[in-house]
Amino acid sequence: MNKVLFFAHLKDAVGEEVIELDTNGKSVVEIKELMKEKYPALNLENVMAAINEEFASDEDILQAGDTIAFIPPVSGG
Amino acid sequence: MNYSIAKEPIIVQEVIDKVVQREAGAITTFIGTVRELTHGKKTLYLIYEAYESMAVKKLEQIGKEIKERWDGADVAITHRVGKLDITDIAVVIAVSTPHRADAYEANRYAIERIKEIVPIWKKEHWEDGQKWIGNQLETVAYPTGKPEESDLNE
Repeated sequence: MNKVLFFAHLKDAVGEEVIELDTNGKSVVEIKELMKEKYPALNLENVMAAINEEFASDEDILQAGDTIAFIPPVSGG
Repeated sequence: MNYSIAKEPIIVQEVIDKVVQREAGAITTFIGTVRELTHGKKTLYLIYEAYESMAVKKLEQIGKEIKERWDGADVAITHRVGKLDITDIAVVIAVSTPHRADAYEANRYAIERIKEIVPIWKKEHWEDGQKWIGNQLETVAYPTGKPEESDLNE
């Protein structure tokens, strides 16, 4: 199983900060497509992904137990 | 713990104390505060949200980058999350270096990097609504909660 995390406007669209999903062996871009099907209100354009707290590219593959987080453009400071 | 996310008000002196070193000739402190007016629009309060564990890692990375670029630098950064009122302190960055020019430069570098890579978001609350602020330059808000086509090429 994998944890999928949502923040800021993504969390508002999904209604939850974290969901559990089996995304083992899928790439970041494939998971993005899955999420868009599951949550039609979710807009992942301009959104980066992080795997296990490090920024990841669209081609990176999730392993069992990995956590993927969707990171909208940041606005801290 | 030189890099942290705080749920309570930040005590500036505590951040400064973390970078005191005998080799330093300068400590610069940046204090980021909540502004009431942005382009004439009145903010009532902000909500800051963080991906806390990753945010701490990214703050550590910024500290590491500074130490590689500025010899003898020490760095401490605390960013607050939760509801912040106007004039509240959102972030404190303290940098100590042997000479003053480096302390100013490295501190400026830290705040610019925070706006690029640290997963923290702010939601502005106005009299007539609320929006997640959508990019690190603080210039684009997404009224629909998502970027529009024209925002994507900026």
